[in-house]
Amino acid sequence: MMFWGELVVACLLLASGGLVLLAALGLWRLPDFFARMHAPALASTLAAWLVTLASIVYFSLHKGEWSLHVWLIIIVLSISAPVTTMVLARTGLFRGRQTHRALPPPLAQTPDDQT
Amino acid sequence: MSPILSLAISGTLVLYALSMVLGLMRLMRGPSAQDRVLALDFLYVVGMLLMLVLAIRFDSSMYFEGALLMVLFGFVGSVAMAKFLLRGEAIE
Repeated sequence: MMFWGELVVACLLLASGGLVLLAALGLWRLPDFFARMHAPALASTLAAWLVTLASIVYFSLHKGEWSLHVWLIIIVLSISAPVTTMVLARTGLFRGRQTHRALPPPLAQTPDDQT
Repeated sequence: MSPILSLAISGTLVLYALSMVLGLMRLMRGPSAQDRVLALDFLYVVGMLLMLVLAIRFDSSMYFEGALLMVLFGFVGSVAMAKFLLRGEAIE
């Protein structure tokens, strides 16, 4: 029982590590600010969920009772992450337009051009 | 703690450290200021996940409060910096 529980915890932790590394690669490699904004969402949603589940499983198995207080982190993060993303996106739009870039970028081919 | 879990925790910490290095590179390099704010927010989230993993590693639930504080202060800091870039002042 304990061994299988620890195996589950190990798998969850490794999966979250891989997801966070993927998010960091996206943050480093993607070409544009608005493209880069997508990547850290992986870390603050799915990776955080996996670590929280791992923590709940581990402490519940070790203490022999439900230990669900880590759930608070998920609740706070699911409220705060979208707010941060929206404010940052507005910042990107505002500062991009201040430097006279057309944001959002014009479509390369609008349907009117095709006629 | 079984050796499998201990090895997995070490691997996860290594992966987090690599991600933090990548985020730090984006923080140093980021062509615009909002890129740096984004990278700092990412670093806060990864640091919070790191503390949760350390809680499992040292079998202590004391790390939980630290992680919660990091979430809250990371949120406040990121929003304040983004608001400063947006309006020129954080609190109006």
